[in-house]
Amino acid sequence: MDELLSLQDELWVAAGETLYIVALTMLFGGVGGLLMGLTLYTTRRGSILENRAVSSVLSVIVNTFRPIPFIIFLAAAQPLARLVIGTGIGNNAIVFTLSLAASFAISRIVEQNLLTVDPGVIEAARSVGAGPFRIIGTILLPEALGPLILGYTFIFVAVVDMTAVAGVVGGGGLGAFALLYGYRQFNPVVTWAAVIVIIVLVQLVQFAGGWLARKALRR
Amino acid sequence: MPIVSLRNVTKTFPGRGKKEAPLTAIDGVDLDINEGDIYGIIGYSGAGKSTLVRLINALELPSSGKITVNGATLSGAPESQLRKARLGIGMIFQQFNLFNSRSVWRNIEYPLQVAGIPVAERNARISDLLNFVGLADKAASFPNELSGGQKQRVGIARALATSPRILLADEATSALDPETTRDVLALLKRVNEEFGTTIVVITHEMEVIRSIAHKVAVMEEGRIVERGSVFDVFSAPQSSAAQKFVATVVRAVPEADELQVLRDRHPGKIVTLSFIDGSITQSTVFDEFSRHQVAFELIYGGINDIQGRTFGHLTLALTGEATAIERALAAVHNRVTVTEVN
Repeated sequence: MDELLSLQDELWVAAGETLYIVALTMLFGGVGGLLMGLTLYTTRRGSILENRAVSSVLSVIVNTFRPIPFIIFLAAAQPLARLVIGTGIGNNAIVFTLSLAASFAISRIVEQNLLTVDPGVIEAARSVGAGPFRIIGTILLPEALGPLILGYTFIFVAVVDMTAVAGVVGGGGLGAFALLYGYRQFNPVVTWAAVIVIIVLVQLVQFAGGWLARKALRR
Repeated sequence: MPIVSLRNVTKTFPGRGKKEAPLTAIDGVDLDINEGDIYGIIGYSGAGKSTLVRLINALELPSSGKITVNGATLSGAPESQLRKARLGIGMIFQQFNLFNSRSVWRNIEYPLQVAGIPVAERNARISDLLNFVGLADKAASFPNELSGGQKQRVGIARALATSPRILLADEATSALDPETTRDVLALLKRVNEEFGTTIVVITHEMEVIRSIAHKVAVMEEGRIVERGSVFDVFSAPQSSAAQKFVATVVRAVPEADELQVLRDRHPGKIVTLSFIDGSITQSTVFDEFSRHQVAFELIYGGINDIQGRTFGHLTLALTGEATAIERALAAVHNRVTVTEVN
């Protein structure tokens, strides 16, 4: 317990780092995943921008990268991170690689949630002369908003999970904190302190996501 | 010139993958719909009527043939032109297809937004439409707060927002109960009468055709097998498909098992009189029976009113002297079609 008190500052710094990584990942990966998910959905057979070539190529790319365990992806994508953002280590490298990995996962979640929109509603929009991009912005996304919020909430939790391995490439956050000060120094209290902070964070986001989704669904 | 014209139109959907054979949904259809008509298209599910209606507003493009709507040729036109054409064609759906994320007001506003109508004009138009469909108090409601009939009325208001000259109704009453169906059909009739909107009604229910359509086409396996005025098709259906549909609403000639029951109860001569020409009145016919001292009892059938013209089949059990019956039947022969029932 004394160790934990002496590590208080480090704990809050780690919590801040986790928030930093997760927030930026949700921003970049969220937008990237949304665009990819929209492309997957709209280029499907019979959809508003049907395009077989784009659909199959993107699908293969997503299916190739999505199942790679993140810790391996992190190592494998390090050269790319160095190329794009100039460094392969630290929190920003983590944000880059995590955004990339998350966008593949998010793309499938977005696609799945868009598929819950009744095709008849899309047809109604087409029947009044709306073009595909107008339909995406004014009908498709608003109609799927509730499920999309729940999907992103789910992904948020998964991203918090993935940040835990940031320490591998010199990043920080609660995962690195728990392993460094708790596990390696045989101090379960410190490990559990990190766990509790994560639980609180996840609960808050889950609650907020559920509340927003209910508002969007009006039930 | 017809407002909708299809010439030798075919629509084939490719099969999924190599295993599935391509499906010909529309097979060489010619169709002319005149401005101001309520044109019914009836067929069983899979007959191709939903595809046909989607060809009219270019939600589906024909595989071959020529389609002209509102004076513009749709077949082969670029997508941007098709979108413009769709603004002049409203559509309502079986499942209403309202935008659940938008209030009633904003559902009706959507086509006006797409058409680029200024806000002030939009607001006036939406108020008018809400009053027209009787939902002025529901403007702020969301679709999930409405009953089926209310939803369809919103659908109608939305479809009419841009004042289209054509309204397509795809099984618009099939998800509604009989009373609501009557309300919605009455509303469609008002749309036709007050705005002169041409309405194409797709349905599998002959009752819908009977109550509002002027003309009807019967579809089977992607082809139109019979067409004509509703009165003609109802009073003398030619194709077997049309006969089956007509039989669903017109009580015509007793079937074999029903006939057996009737025969057991009525030992006399049984004949069916078919009043096909709407101008013949029944009383002139029945007067002949009385004059020849033939007693009759009405045992089966009915008289139908199709837009003010009547027709029907009445099956009578006749009792009296055989010669009197012969003379009475000979006397009415030139006014109605007499069929002896055996």
